[in-house]
Amino acid sequence: MEIDPFIFRLSIFILSIFIGYYVVWSVTPSLHTPLMSVTNAISSVIIVGAIIAALAGDNVNVFDTANIFGFLAIVLAAINIFGGFLVTQRMLAMYKKKQKNK
Amino acid sequence: MISVNLLAVFYLISGVLFILALRGLSSPETSRQGNLYGIVGMALAICVTILSVGNFSSAFIYLLIFLAIGGSIGAYIAFKIPMTAMPELVAGFHSLVGLAAVFVAISAFLNPEIFNLGLPGSIKIASLIEMSLGAAIGAITFTGSIIAFLKLRGIMSGSPIVFAGQHYLNLILGILLVSLIFYLCKTQVDIWFWAIIIISLVVGVLLIIPIGGADMPVVISMLNSYSGWAAAGIGFTLENTALIITGALVGSSGAILSYIMCKGMNRSFFNVILGGWGANDQSSNSSSSKEQKPVKNGNADDAAFLMKNASSVIIVPGYGMAVAQAQHALREMVDALKKNGVKVSYAIHPVAGRMPGHMNVLLAEANVPYDEVFELEEINNDFANCDVAYVIGANDVTNPVAKSDPQSPIYGMPVLDVEKSKSVLFVKRSLSPGYAGIDNDLFYRDNTLMLFADAKKMTEEIVKSL
Repeated sequence: MEIDPFIFRLSIFILSIFIGYYVVWSVTPSLHTPLMSVTNAISSVIIVGAIIAALAGDNVNVFDTANIFGFLAIVLAAINIFGGFLVTQRMLAMYKKKQKNK
Repeated sequence: MISVNLLAVFYLISGVLFILALRGLSSPETSRQGNLYGIVGMALAICVTILSVGNFSSAFIYLLIFLAIGGSIGAYIAFKIPMTAMPELVAGFHSLVGLAAVFVAISAFLNPEIFNLGLPGSIKIASLIEMSLGAAIGAITFTGSIIAFLKLRGIMSGSPIVFAGQHYLNLILGILLVSLIFYLCKTQVDIWFWAIIIISLVVGVLLIIPIGGADMPVVISMLNSYSGWAAAGIGFTLENTALIITGALVGSSGAILSYIMCKGMNRSFFNVILGGWGANDQSSNSSSSKEQKPVKNGNADDAAFLMKNASSVIIVPGYGMAVAQAQHALREMVDALKKNGVKVSYAIHPVAGRMPGHMNVLLAEANVPYDEVFELEEINNDFANCDVAYVIGANDVTNPVAKSDPQSPIYGMPVLDVEKSKSVLFVKRSLSPGYAGIDNDLFYRDNTLMLFADAKKMTEEIVKSL
């Protein structure tokens, strides 16, 4: 009998939790705020589901009930993606080391 | 257009790029590179998804329009937001992720064919469970984050809202949710699906209202974690590796941050979640006793004199500094002190501010080099050898009562040992207790000089007299 693909996805999920665990513990505490904003941005990769839903319509029916939710989700996720990455970039640009020759 | 296997490989690559994005945050030098990895991973995931659907009809044009609308709103917010408002911003962003998860779950439920989940009315049971979980967690994240946002923004009072039977109500709603998911799988009737979403929206509100303002760092981290689990739930439904990996990363990241925050307050996670802490039954009885105690009151000139003649000064910033926007004035003060040959460093408590790492960002904004900023464990022993501790906008995290009085609600919480320094300058508007609602013993010590003023004004005055 073949293994259910669900089990493979579950394995990826569990292993990713462990990766997340070790990677996040190594994040320096001074960067915890950028960590939150960047995790916020990457969790908006949920936009892929929104894209599939939005593009399901044909030329006649661009806005079907199911598609509308897709389009709405695209707007929300796009706010997060652009907002999250840019605000992270803005914060990280401020972290500077001591200038020795001053 | 793209084969299913190739698509899966691309999703895996963006998952790996996201891991590298988080990995980069282990030091400020590598962090900017890491953020770039994250952006590339996201762009890759979006592009291959569009290519795989291969629909370039008018729907595609609309997609670009909606993407541009959302993108410009996001970019506008990102450039305009003041750094002091980061906690609200992050809470607001969490609510959007939550709502997006709900919307994607709804479209998957209404139109399961496009996601290969079966036909409406006969969706695969596993997919139904996954999408209901994704929608439920997403909905909880959505309303929960909105409440957190309102509390952080000050639109809603930060004091906990508790009522009789609250925990039982939550318990009943939780059981109801589980049974609704069960009914949905059994009957496939859409009314149960909508019911799941509505009840989850209510649960989100109920979960966050009893949690007080001082516990916001935990709440934000917790909602961060929830948004990750919601994404993972949707990832299982859509059989998408990038989403599953990301969901797991974000979920564990938020969980770890919640743990760190709870440890910083010496409280268990459940204690915070059940809420009601910081209600003001404590402050009422302490206010009557404190009026008799003498306090040494100083002004800017005294403070400037003390610090100028010190050889080392440690600055302890707290939420009050953020409220007063005093970080730039503080930096000027430190520059002036350094010119006088004073060694200055900053001490940051894990729960200072309203979100993890909040103080570090504000200091970075004011051009404070990050290698002058230290965490509690790194710097706590230095207080004994330091001449002046300048406490600006912090209160409970310096309260020595946490070490001495087992009766105190904050007993056992790790605190900064500011009282060990030769003198303590405490900038505060009044003698009122902090968020924990308890009196700070430090105010009445012999080596403490209270500077009653707005944090920014006082710091500016000190700069003048230096």
